[in-house]
Amino acid sequence: MSAESTTAVKIPTGNREDEIQVYDLHKSFGDLEVLTGIDLVVRRGEVVCVIGPSGSGKSTLLRCVNLLEKPTKGRIFILNEEITDPDADVDRLRTQMGMVFQSFNLFPHLTALQNCTVALTEVLKKSPADAKAIAMENLHKVGLGDRADSYPLKLSGGQQQRVAIARALSMDPELMLFDEPTSALDPELVGDVLSVMRDLAAGGMTMMVVTHEMAFAREVADRVIFMDGGVIVEQGPPAEVIGNPKEERTRTFLRRVLDPTHLPAPEDEVTGGSPSRG
Amino acid sequence: MSAITAEGVRPKRKLSARKRGQRVRIVQYAVLALLVLLAILFVDGRQVSQVFFRSDMVRRTISTNLPLAFLNTIAYTGGAFVVGLAGGTVLALMKLSHVGPYRWLATIYTEFFRGVPALIVLLTFGLLPLALPGLKIPLDPYGTVWVGLGMVSAAYMSETIRAGIQAVPKGQIEAARSLGMSSGLATRRIVLPQAFRIVTPPLTNELVLLTKDSSLVYVLGLTAQGYDLTKYGKDLSNTYANVTPLVIAGLSYLVITLPLTFLVRKMEARQARSK
Repeated sequence: MSAESTTAVKIPTGNREDEIQVYDLHKSFGDLEVLTGIDLVVRRGEVVCVIGPSGSGKSTLLRCVNLLEKPTKGRIFILNEEITDPDADVDRLRTQMGMVFQSFNLFPHLTALQNCTVALTEVLKKSPADAKAIAMENLHKVGLGDRADSYPLKLSGGQQQRVAIARALSMDPELMLFDEPTSALDPELVGDVLSVMRDLAAGGMTMMVVTHEMAFAREVADRVIFMDGGVIVEQGPPAEVIGNPKEERTRTFLRRVLDPTHLPAPEDEVTGGSPSRG
Repeated sequence: MSAITAEGVRPKRKLSARKRGQRVRIVQYAVLALLVLLAILFVDGRQVSQVFFRSDMVRRTISTNLPLAFLNTIAYTGGAFVVGLAGGTVLALMKLSHVGPYRWLATIYTEFFRGVPALIVLLTFGLLPLALPGLKIPLDPYGTVWVGLGMVSAAYMSETIRAGIQAVPKGQIEAARSLGMSSGLATRRIVLPQAFRIVTPPLTNELVLLTKDSSLVYVLGLTAQGYDLTKYGKDLSNTYANVTPLVIAGLSYLVITLPLTFLVRKMEARQARSK
């Protein structure tokens, strides 16, 4: 990857196919530096999964992309328009990227259908009839056409997250951002949400997904980015980054994720204090 | 338990907790029985009911013009509540504004009107035309009361509404903004509807307080057509040298406030359940 490093490239690339372009992104919260120099280009139709330990800055990176967090330094281009420009029409750019949150953030005072239509009528100025047709189509797409009139609190977590995806899709975005979309779900509900995302990816949607679902990343991602300590440590096809990581930090992380009990590997047990646990 | 305390403390015979509770209850009932006995012995029941609840005065109070006074109280209260709600919402948004002077103004306003007796605000408002000749508050006396009491209750409501707005999770605003909504649109369509749902019980309590505060309008020079319950009851009481009309007026307030209080308790129970 370092051979095609973006630092020497013209900024921005000028290619509309490079839908997300991030250059030298820094973000601090007070004295805490969360991101220390991120360069990243996500191309049209690409599915990029961002993995890494908690506190590595992966969610902050995603939230910087649609400016929910204001970068301390650096420039971000969405569809070749600079969203970090003080004069940028941020609201309009945001209509072109859907965001799905870990905690769903459905509007509890609106039905599933109204959750999907509210921005269509208020922001995109669609007629109520058009908005409803679009919303119903997307609710059907996520398998919840029959729950359109339900309020979010009457839905399971998995259903709420699928409504949230339908809400984002209703805006007909160019790209989708997912911030740990399955982390707040009961394990048996994760599958429904992931299969909706798998269908989206297969349909050619540009996706940037912060996730802990290694199996999903391995299967669906075109590229996996491993972040730690506010920088991109390693990136490449999932078979490389997850299957055969080059960096020690990546290996340590994957060992922890894939073996959550944290039993030390036999070769690590040098102190010999306790008998081997097999 | 240790040796030191066992030596130092003189063993005392202590009652069990159950026995002690029993004795406390016996004393409480004894005091109550004594009070009832004293009341029966020393209070002339007929005299009391003659002054506070004379049946012909009850009839006279109701038939003279009680319904009008009742409606006036509701009109004064309702109008002041609407003014207070609108003002309180504006003040709450000012307090959460990025613009410093808005925050300061709203805070000064709130502290001033919460710290000054409502009676004085109302009196001052009633005398405003003296200071500003030519000023005519429309719908007199209703306009004066609505604005005067509304300004006071706006101060109280602004704190409640601000707390309600801040109780809406941050994720709601983020979700709204990520859909391309402007800050103002997100506030109007997403935050305020949820905030008002949260503060409906405390705002209803405010309505109860306001109902009682509407009795302050007696300080304005009202015509009989504008009498509220308190002024109406006081007037009849003075005329007939009997307290019964005031008692009836007081009971009439309960007709308004008790259902509201009941409603608040219902809503609070429902909110507690849905958490």
